Order: sequence, then structure tokens, then C-alpha cells
Amino acid sequence: MARSALTGTRVRERRTALRLKQADLARAVGISPAYLNLIEHNRRRVGDPLLEKLAAALGVDVVALSEGAEGALFDGLREAAAAEAAVSASELERIEEFVGRFPGWAAVVAGRQARVGALERVVESYAERMAQDPFVLDSLHEVISAVTSLRSTAAILVEADDIEPVWRARFLATIQQESVRLSDTAEALVGYLDEVEEAETGLSSPQEQVEAWLEACNWHLPELESATRPVHESLIDGVPELASGAARALALAHIARAQADARALPLPAMIEALAALGPDPAALAARFGVPMGAVFRRLATLPPDLDGVPRMGLVVCDASGTLTLRRPAPGFALPRFGAACPLWPLYEALSRPMQPIRSLVDMAGRLPQRFLTYAFCQPSHPAGFDGPVLMEAMMLILPAPRHGDDAEAERAVTSIRRIGSSCRICPRADCAGRREPSILAER
Amino acid sequence: MAEPHVLLIEDEPNITEAIRFILTRAGWRVSSLANGSEALARIEAEQPDAVILDLMLPGMSGLEILTHLRAQARTARLPVLMLTARGQGRDREAAERAGASAFLAKPFANGDVLDCLQRITATESARNA
Repeated sequence: MARSALTGTRVRERRTALRLKQADLARAVGISPAYLNLIEHNRRRVGDPLLEKLAAALGVDVVALSEGAEGALFDGLREAAAAEAAVSASELERIEEFVGRFPGWAAVVAGRQARVGALERVVESYAERMAQDPFVLDSLHEVISAVTSLRSTAAILVEADDIEPVWRARFLATIQQESVRLSDTAEALVGYLDEVEEAETGLSSPQEQVEAWLEACNWHLPELESATRPVHESLIDGVPELASGAARALALAHIARAQADARALPLPAMIEALAALGPDPAALAARFGVPMGAVFRRLATLPPDLDGVPRMGLVVCDASGTLTLRRPAPGFALPRFGAACPLWPLYEALSRPMQPIRSLVDMAGRLPQRFLTYAFCQPSHPAGFDGPVLMEAMMLILPAPRHGDDAEAERAVTSIRRIGSSCRICPRADCAGRREPSILAER
Repeated sequence: MAEPHVLLIEDEPNITEAIRFILTRAGWRVSSLANGSEALARIEAEQPDAVILDLMLPGMSGLEILTHLRAQARTARLPVLMLTARGQGRDREAAERAGASAFLAKPFANGDVLDCLQRITATESARNA
């Protein structure tokens, strides 16, 4: 065990706090008072067996004596030193002397280092999110395509001396067309990034923080599967994504609900039922005698490595249509800001409570993808019989079955809906449900 | 000798037009296709000497098409020039693993398209000689 040179000081502090005489403590641990005196003045190193006896006699953990509260401080200082080449090895060896002589400055340096670490994590998470943002990706693709076309066409006009007039006219028209496209896309991208900045004011919303935490856990909390008692705070202690109190409160609510779902739908029985019935929420709800919503949530938060079970997305909204949970499915773009596409089966379910709706949907995008969705809305009465009725609609998102894979789904679904993510970033120009023009350049 | 034939699979019409112009002037016969879903059938029907394949295509991605091509004995060594986006290192690595003969990052210089195409077809011809 790493042993601090200040261990003796901590022994002395603890002993005096307990109003214990040096002779009494020395006797209790089987050493002479003179030797204990040397230890307390940091003039003798303490071996593990003696340290354990001292810790027991003083009623503290061994770590509290060997590392003390300064442990984190030392770690922070070492991290700060590791980030700066200016700190030499010989100076590092005198870290305890630095802490002892300048505890205030040491705390400032370690605190700055912790802050730098936290900010670096925020920057990393932003970079990661921007790299996955469907609108940013689409816009960058538009920019690259327009620039490629401009560069090639302009080079042809400059380099080919004998170009026929008809080709020259066509290429000039291309340059005009691509210039407008580039300008529109750049303008839309800048506008979008401005919105991101305004909406986030430097930190993501509590809901986004919770979703970032769940994404980091693959949306599955294995601790809930076997827990017999409520597990709350322990699961979110020190989670960097949950930066705000509001996010932690939402996370605790999620944990409580997920634990209740795990009890009602135990994993082994769930796996067996999935093999027999497939991911049909109504059939699963009937088998377990649970509300449909519990099945939706459970399906979307199963362990990520279950054989034959696809990764399922889930969106949940309240009666206002506000999305209160967004678990993405690969290829199904979820809006980060504002309302989603009004043609989502989720909203149809909201207007038809208690009626299950199964649909095949084509999600608009550069590479359109087809999905199978199950949507359902159920009321709740959290304030009692005379209280307000609250609606919660959910939509489970699965990859579309390949032809012949799921005959029942194919029979049940008679038409395919053409949907998008949200109007602002949807390229479907002829959509009857459009609320506002798209900022995507027309293709 | 018959002019060499390249099938250009690219969904951006203006890029297609520019490449067609450059290659036609250099003596290539160019046919084109704007989606991925018909790519395999067209390659089978036309049997081009080389393919220029964009990575992101509607219907079927360039990567899927390339994987199919490499799995068939007839097209396992067909010269394929893959067009990727500059800076998308992961795409390029995936295309390399799938067996692309060469890559060109967008935006590219016109001369590079011709050079790459000539290089990969010459390599294949030398192998067959």
C-alpha cells in the first residue's frame, strides 16, 4: 500500500480528537510511547500490521490514516503534473511537502485540474454528439458534394480550351446551381448551430443528460435485474453525464420505473417469452399480466447482447406531444430540438388511447430506411379518481422485417407511412403534415 | 482496340456529368447509375472494365456493393475506385477492408480521377498478362 509521509500526523490528529493519551494508544497497539511519538512526528514509517492496529484502536479505516483526505488532493496534483511537462520528477517527489506547506494553493491547483477534466469531458461529449447529429452529417455531405461538383466543373472550364459551347453553357449553369446550393446549405448549417448554442447555453438539458448516461450504459442497468431492495443513488453516484440536480432527479425516476419493470418482467422469463412470442408487446403484456407500457420500456432496455433480439428504439411523449424519452434506433433520426414529425404513429396513438397501432414506416433521409413500429397510449391517474388524467404515448421502433421473416406483421400492416424526423430537417417537400419549410437544400 | 468501359455509380448528377466529360475526353466509354440497388445487375449486364463507386448511395451503400462484388468469383478482381468523403477515415478503412482497388476523397482534382482509374486498370491488366 502506498504510504504517505503524513500518516503520523493523521494518527496524532485522530488521537487528540479522541482525547486519548499517547501512552494509552501505545499500550493498545503494543509499542512504546517514545516510538509512537516518533511515528506521530513522521519520523518513523509505519508498517502495515502496525497501521492496522492503530486504525482499529482509533476507530478509522486504514486508508484514512495512510492517505487521509489529501489522497484526492494528491491525485489531482499528480494529474495536473502529468499534463504539464514543466514539473520535474524531483519536484513530484516533494508533492507532500508542497501540500504540507501550501495546502490552500495545492487545493486550488487540484481544483483547477478537476475542472479542466470535467470541461474536457463536456467537449468530448459535444464532439461525439455533433459527429452523430443527423442534420450536421447531412449538411456536411451536401457541402462536400457541392464543393466536389464546383471544383471539377470549374477545372474543366479553365483547363479545356476547346470545349463546345453547349457544354460550356451546361457547366456554367452547374456552377451557378451548385453555388446556390452551397450557400443555402452553409446558411442552414450556421442557423442550426446557432440554435444548438441558444438551446443548450453550454450544457445539455436534463433530459439529454439522462439520455447520454443511459446511452453510455447501453440503456441497460444490470444492477436492477437481481436487486431485491430499491437501488437508487448508488447507481448515479459520480456519473459525469448527470451534471445537474434536475438530471439526477430524472435519472432516479427512471431507475425506480425500470426496477419495477424488471420485477414485473424478470429477464429469464422475458427471454423465454420473446423466443416464443417475438417482440409483440400486446402478447407479452398478456402473458405477464402487466400494462403494455411496461413491456415497451422493458423491450427497449434489454441487455444489448441477447441473441436474435434486435436493438429497439423507444420514444415516449406526454399529452402535449413533448418527447419525454428518446432511445434512438439505428437509422431512425430523432429530433434534438422542437417537435417531431406529426405523422409518427406515436401521435396517432395519442389521439386513440388504448388502441395498439402497428405500422411500417419509411424514415426520410439521404438513405431512407424502413422500420416496424408499435405505438400505444395509456392514461394514468396519479392524483386519484378526481385528479387530472395524464396521457402517455409510446412508440417502439424495430428494424423492418425482411420479406417473409414476419408474416403476421406483414399481414397486419396494410400500408407504409412516409415519415421524417422533424419538419425542419425533413427533405419531403410534398408532405401534407409539414409545419414549416425545411432548411435542407432541395435535392 | 475497343475503348475501355467504366461504370460510374454516383447519385450526384453534376459530379457524374463532370466525371463523364473528363473520362470521355480521355478515351473512356462511360455509363452511369444514380442508385445502389441496381448496381449489381448493371455490373453483371455490362461487364465494365472498371467501376467508380460512391460510398453513400440510395438503395444499397457502396460498401455493400463492393462486398458483394468481392464475394463473386467473376468480379472478385474487378478494378473498383471508391469515392469517399475527405476526413471520413473510418469509411476509408471499411472500404479498404472490403477490397477497394483505390480511393479518391471528395473533393478531388479531375486529373486524379483519370490517374487512379488508369492505375488500377493497368495493374489488373498486368496481372492478367
